[in-house]
Amino acid sequence: MHLSSSRKFKDRLFKALLIASSFIVVVPLLLIFNFLLQKGITSLNLDFLLNAPKPVGEIGGGMKHAFIGTIMMVGLGALIAIPIGTLCGVYLSEFNKGRIAWTLRFTIDLLTGVPSIVIGIFSYLIIVVTMKGFSAFAGSFALSIIILPTVTRTTEEILKLIPTHIREAGLALGLPRWKVIYFILLKGSRASLMTGIILAISRAAGETAPLLFTAFGSMYVSYDPREPMASLPVQIYNYAISPYDDWQRQAWAGAFSLILLVLGLNIFARLYFKKNKFLKFFIKKS
Amino acid sequence: MGLMSNSTNLVSKKGPSLSWTISFSKQDQLAYIVLRFIALIIVLLLGAMIFKLFMASKLAFSEFGFSFIYTDFWNPIEDEFGALPFIFGTLITSFVALLLAAPISIGVAIYVNEYLGTKLSTFLSLFVELIAAVPSIIFGLWGLYYLAPFIKNDLAPFLKSTLGFLPFFQGVSYGIGVLAASIILALMIIPTITTVCREIFKTVPTLNKEAALALGATKYEMIKLAIIRPSFSGIIGAIVLGLGRALGETMAVAMVIGNTPVISSSLFSSASTMASVMANEYAEADSDLHLSALCYVGLLLFVVTFIVNMFARTIVWRQTHKIKRRN
Repeated sequence: MHLSSSRKFKDRLFKALLIASSFIVVVPLLLIFNFLLQKGITSLNLDFLLNAPKPVGEIGGGMKHAFIGTIMMVGLGALIAIPIGTLCGVYLSEFNKGRIAWTLRFTIDLLTGVPSIVIGIFSYLIIVVTMKGFSAFAGSFALSIIILPTVTRTTEEILKLIPTHIREAGLALGLPRWKVIYFILLKGSRASLMTGIILAISRAAGETAPLLFTAFGSMYVSYDPREPMASLPVQIYNYAISPYDDWQRQAWAGAFSLILLVLGLNIFARLYFKKNKFLKFFIKKS
Repeated sequence: MGLMSNSTNLVSKKGPSLSWTISFSKQDQLAYIVLRFIALIIVLLLGAMIFKLFMASKLAFSEFGFSFIYTDFWNPIEDEFGALPFIFGTLITSFVALLLAAPISIGVAIYVNEYLGTKLSTFLSLFVELIAAVPSIIFGLWGLYYLAPFIKNDLAPFLKSTLGFLPFFQGVSYGIGVLAASIILALMIIPTITTVCREIFKTVPTLNKEAALALGATKYEMIKLAIIRPSFSGIIGAIVLGLGRALGETMAVAMVIGNTPVISSSLFSSASTMASVMANEYAEADSDLHLSALCYVGLLLFVVTFIVNMFARTIVWRQTHKIKRRN
């Protein structure tokens, strides 16, 4: 087949542009990772992981308080959001009709798009103002609003993948519907649900904006959810914009551990999903 | 049904707990009521969110009214507030970010879907999704310590020498500013646009592509005719979804934009966005009016992202369903 040279040229040029755009996407993440690796790894040591900050001016200390704070607040937020989010997903997938279902879907769609800073302000208005002080609980509440829509979405999508005859088989055995949903649908697709949950948690672990004026941050190790609490992202932010070299150094180490944590969780969740045979088995059969 | 309730009664006689004596249909009704109750709580939560934001911004609203939106003056010390600089900052950074991100994302989506084999395409799409997972604070940190010096030393002088006659590239660049914020935002929204574009391109039937190729089209012409043209409105939807994400992005922007409430046509100048001003000033605001004005900004941001997201979702939804129905 004979092609005119201009058409051939356009075809080649187009492909070259596509390859270039793929490179543009790949390079920054590598740059960021490389940058964090260089700056962060030298400061990442046991001292950094196991100590609370030293008083201002003294060199050393670490981010133990921030690690504890992040784990506590994300954990508490997840504890609130996961049951509610899963149940909402069940409602949307199994009882998907009527005005409430429609409104719920609309609400979940809307919550996904709400900027995290606005969620932070809402949590401030509703909890910090009424409790008259910054508290870790307000931070957890904000994080739970961030986790919730993602969990609902994934639950709904996963349950919708399960073919109807599985449900019918359960009902034919004489099980009540809630037992079919709980023991067959939810337990059967446990692994994929976990993937969605871990992805949502890994996203919440990196959020800074909703914690700025809810949990606020602190320089001490604290386990009390009624008190202000430090978190890894907020601590990184505060250190990064501070004028002290030692604090900036710690910000790098903190950022490096945060990205390891978040991307590690993310990749773990994706690998975990591959192991899930239940869904694939039934989808292939149907 | 009769058989069912009979068997429950049998089981319940043996069972230790009295609560199991209720019939299966009652149990299901109960479960349904619980689910409805939770659904209502979530809906009410959103209602409370809107209501609380509205109440909190009431003071500023009664003081400034709608002129708040087009007043170009923000002075917390004298309690005078107008949100125009922030609205401008949000719009200009998001717009430039879209300009940078949209072609790249569409390119990546086409490349992954049409050119790459299965293994490479899963790898590249995983990579793109990992970008979406990077916390915004890390983008901000990278922007502040790596991108800003790069812009100051290399990119800004280059742009000035080549495109310096345009009003966008005037003035001195200190690295941080609108350009840095836009580049960071572009990086952050590329995954969103790419993922949605891939979904839309996947709905194009293989027959259409093969028909184009059979008519003698080159791969470029096939992509133009069979993929991009029919899914054009879907692509717009994907881009608008990216816009929705860019509008609300807070920390990364707050770290690299410079945070000064000024309106300037130059991309080198520092500015401030609606999200970044809230992040910077909310914890330190003293006067009630200042807090209220910040809540007003939050309410505006909420409304804008709401409209943008709804618009985008409708387009994308229509696109995917239209093609599904046609087949």
